Amino acid sequence: MIRDFLVVWRERGLLIDGLENTIVLSLVATTAALSLGALLCPMLMSARASARLAAAAFVDAMRCIPFLLFAYIVYYGLPSLGINLDNWRAGLAALTLYNTAYMAEILRGAWAAQPREPIDAGYAFGFTGLRHFRRIVLPPLLLSAAPVVGNQVIQIIKDSAFLTVIALPELTHAASSIQSRHYIPFAAFITAVLLYWMLCLTVEACVASIGRLAEARR
Amino acid sequence: MSAADIVAILQGAVTTASLSCIAIVLGLPLGLLLAITRWARVPGLAQVVMVYVSVLRATPLVTLLLLLYFALPNIGMPIGAVSAAILALVMNTSAFNCEVWRAGLMDFPKDQYEAAQAVGMRSLPRLRRIVLPQVFRVSLPGLVNEMSLLIKVTPVLAVVGVVDVTRAAVRIGAETYEPLPPFLVALAIYMPIVYAIVALQRLMERRLARAQAAE
Repeated sequence: MIRDFLVVWRERGLLIDGLENTIVLSLVATTAALSLGALLCPMLMSARASARLAAAAFVDAMRCIPFLLFAYIVYYGLPSLGINLDNWRAGLAALTLYNTAYMAEILRGAWAAQPREPIDAGYAFGFTGLRHFRRIVLPPLLLSAAPVVGNQVIQIIKDSAFLTVIALPELTHAASSIQSRHYIPFAAFITAVLLYWMLCLTVEACVASIGRLAEARR
Repeated sequence: MSAADIVAILQGAVTTASLSCIAIVLGLPLGLLLAITRWARVPGLAQVVMVYVSVLRATPLVTLLLLLYFALPNIGMPIGAVSAAILALVMNTSAFNCEVWRAGLMDFPKDQYEAAQAVGMRSLPRLRRIVLPQVFRVSLPGLVNEMSLLIKVTPVLAVVGVVDVTRAAVRIGAETYEPLPPFLVALAIYMPIVYAIVALQRLMERRLARAQAAE
């Protein structure tokens, strides 16, 4: 057993590359999904019915589709429509679009729970439209939504593992190749599991420190 | 895509539905057991459960599944694709269910618990007749939410060769060189099922909120 872990240690280059790719994928997808979600969120709360219904339809559709099936459709299905993406682009696009819906819904929920007064005060001071949203609504929104957003980031990290099926060289894919090369499944996958655990504990620690920041601002 | 292909995908749907149901039926009580172990602070075991839940909540299902499927035979426990799939789903969902149950247990009003103690109820009937019925009602929306999440991760089971909806659709796409139609059939199967569960969860949340407002 210890010998197996020594083999994993010798192959650490592969695992570290995989871990880096998982982190890059998750960071890019989180940033993009949060930004797009922040743009979609005002549409979800729009006074115009057409905008609201279209945004809600997108969000509901994404919440009902399994992520793996969505990734398959983006990677294998879109070429039928003339859109060809390599596995990196397809993986990132799938991860981002899918989580945009969740982020928008998370922000909407947090927005609905915000006190009305500062928002009205913002209007009274002459802020309107996007500027009002960006300067007045968004900052406290992000602070209060941080724990739920943190959970979604953990979800994104876990979803990124599914991209192994389109041969994206992330952490699970790296563990798979070490296991098939040396036939040491336990050592290879347990190491991957522990690395995922570390990543998620890091995210939880970040959320906790944002929570302390929000507490201090109040 | 022929009619036979659609039948093949529907057969995959039966597999997906059966595996999901088995995982839900096993995962609900197991999650409760884990939650009670932590809630009752069983020495030693409570800490084990805490680590188990923390690790499993952070582990992608695909990684867990590959670990079980390849590593268990390696340490002398032969396991088939379907058993590995069920084991992975149950381990995964029990960890999430544990947190939902535990939140319900932690919120349980202490005065009721002490009242039951005061009238001399023993701990097991106290749990079964006073605590659990109320905790079950409060936890139900969260548990149903976890069910929808469970169904959404089942396509991963195809990775070890379980012929579910997704694997059937992938195979047909590869055979006909037209992957989009079978994927759309798969979507048409998943979406209404997940939507129905999400709608059920919203309904239950509203009813619970109304019941709590009336109290």
